[in-house]
This record gives sequence, structure tokens and C-alpha cells, in this order.
Amino acid sequence: MENALFTYALRLGDDSLVLGQRLSEWCGHAPTIEVDLSLANVALDLVGQAQLFLGYAGEVEGKGRDADRLAFHRDVLAWTNCLMVEQPNGDFGRTIARQFLFSTWQKALFDKLALSKDARLAEIAAKAVKEVAYHADLAAEWVIRLGDGTEESRTRMIDGLDWHWRFVDELFQTDAVTDALVAEGIAVDPTALRPVFEARVAAVLAEAGLPEIKLPRPIVGGRKGHHSEHLGHMLAVMQHIPRTYPEAVW
Amino acid sequence: MNDARAIMAVLASVPDPEIPAVSLVDLGIVRDVLTDAEPARVLITPTYTGCPATAYIQLAVREALDAAGMQDVAIETRLSPPWTTAWITEDGREKLRAYGIDPPPASTALNSQPATCPRCGSKQTHEISRFGSTPCKALWQCDSCREPFDRFKCH
Repeated sequence: MENALFTYALRLGDDSLVLGQRLSEWCGHAPTIEVDLSLANVALDLVGQAQLFLGYAGEVEGKGRDADRLAFHRDVLAWTNCLMVEQPNGDFGRTIARQFLFSTWQKALFDKLALSKDARLAEIAAKAVKEVAYHADLAAEWVIRLGDGTEESRTRMIDGLDWHWRFVDELFQTDAVTDALVAEGIAVDPTALRPVFEARVAAVLAEAGLPEIKLPRPIVGGRKGHHSEHLGHMLAVMQHIPRTYPEAVW
Repeated sequence: MNDARAIMAVLASVPDPEIPAVSLVDLGIVRDVLTDAEPARVLITPTYTGCPATAYIQLAVREALDAAGMQDVAIETRLSPPWTTAWITEDGREKLRAYGIDPPPASTALNSQPATCPRCGSKQTHEISRFGSTPCKALWQCDSCREPFDRFKCH
């Protein structure tokens, strides 16, 4: 399949960048300064991952687009991130729910991607997984604290998980891109991550005293550029300076 | 041809931009100096993928090499193997402690175990925040002398 590696690296980068941008919206607004620092630092790690993945995607594509070009000069329909990461932050419970689900999945993914036959993807994943393990732990601790906290925090935690659960299926979807690269030992088979993900989620929910999440109708499409309206608004904020002054340099 | 030891000596004088008490060599950011071929190459590695100091570190290394008349030495960034706090030298750990930062524990499992207060040496301490002033540190407080301090996280 033509350009499969480009698309795969782009997806990895888009997931990280979109969530990094979303999390950075908390900067200066989080409930406490500790949480503010945590979310900003997680955002920083994600943007760092995005730089590496998008930089590699640009090299593979070979059309002279670097990480900045891909991040700031691409319209919404060309973005390939999963739908979960583009969702608005909502309240703290919803932000934590998203972080817990995403980082738990990303940890499972990067553990395996570090063994990819593609040396660049493998080294980026091996580097990033150490940070992602920290994100996943941090989010899990908050799920437990909120779920096992007050009636109010528990209600909001359940609401957050319910909201994001519809976007979980997409994380494990296969298509021509993953099929082609899995066959070559480059990509991780998305379906193989599901048991690890579900076991970890079930364990944390049990510790938090939270009920099993009921699956609403899953929504997919992000990988093909079919996004919710939220992504365009987010990109408008993220991209407006480089687009207004396209030739500007530091 | 530049001598590897001379190059390393220059690098040992470049302080980390965020923690100036330790050098880039102390922190294990400088991985190696290769002089087997022209030009000689300095291998550096980022600590965290999103560490904002990475670009600055590269610049600081360039400036130090240039100032020492080593304009022909190249700098190469390596991601693999990924940086770990195990590469912080013994000397670097002592400098961190003297600077008021508890050096990283030996394993990630120990990140939540009590830190040692770099000021009074007490082990009666508790974590205030998982993330501190930089991605590589957590914020702790000593229950004995009440002083808040940074702990370098095992990574």
C-alpha cells in the first residue's frame, strides 16, 4: 500500500499533538497548581512525541514538509487523529477520563511499537513509553481518587468515562494502512492491544469502586479525516499565528 | 583531529540550562565523543521528548565547542537507547544533592517511596506534586525541617 508508513506516522503524531494542545488549554485554569503543573507537563511530553512522529512522517513523505509544516499548515480534513483526543476538555473528571483511557491505550501501543521493525518508530516509542507510563499512572490515580471520593466527584468521573467510552472502539480498528504495516512487522496490530487495555481499565475501575462502563454506540472516523466539529475550532486557535505570518521565523 | 578527552573536557564545562549546578556530562546528556572519523562527533540525547531545553542544549554545546576552537566538531542527536537517570554520574548526584535536589532513586518503583531531604537528610518526607518545576522533577516536602524540595524522578 502506497504511503502507508507516512499515514501511520502521521496518525501517531496527530494523536499526540491534538491531545497535547487540548491539555495545554488547562494551563492556568486547573483546580490546583499541582494539577496545573501535571497537565502542562503531560502536554509537553505529548507535543515532544508529536514533533518526532510528524518529523519522521515528513521525511517518509519526501515532499519537504517538516513537523511544523504538518502541524500548522494542514486543514482539518487532513488530520488523522482519533476522535477521543479532539473532544473538548469538559470538567476535570472528563479530562481525566480521557487521559486515563488514552494513556492506557498508548502505553500498550508503545510497549509493542518499541519492537517495530522500523527502527525510527521503534526508537521514538521506546523513548516515549517511559513518559507515557507516568501519564497512565497519574491518570489512574486520579480516576481512583475521584471515583472513590465524594458523591460529586464520583458522579463526574462516571460522566467523564461514559462520555469518552464511545470513542474507545476506534483505537482498536484496523484498516488497509494497519493491515499492510502489520504484515511487514512495522505497525502494531490494533486488535491485539484490546485485552491489555481492558484488563487495566477493569482493574482501576474496580479499585475506584466505579461501575463497568456500558458501551454506547461507538463513533469512528478520525483516521479518515471525519472529525467532530470541535477539531476545526481547536486547530483555528493552534494554527492562526503561523498561518497569519507564514514566513515568520524566530 | 581533536582529541576525545579534550572535547569531553569542554563539554564537562557546559552547565545544564535548567539545573546549572550540573554539567551536560554529569547528567548523561552527552553520550559519547567519536573521533574514529572526520569530523569528530559529539552524541547528545534528549532527557524528555518535549524538554524545551533540548534546542538550547544543542546551541550551548555548539557555542562551547566553537569558543574552544573546535568548530569542526559535529553534534549528533540520538534517541536510542533512551536517556535514563541511571546515566547521571556519581559526581552529578552529589552536585544535585548539594544544590538542594534529591537525586533520582534507583528504580521507577521507588519514585513514590519517601525521598531524602537534601537539606537535613530526614526520610520523613511526602510528595506534594508529581510534577515540579521541570518535567524531570517532582515536588516534595520535608516533615522534619518543613523545607520543600525537588526530587529528580527515576526515569
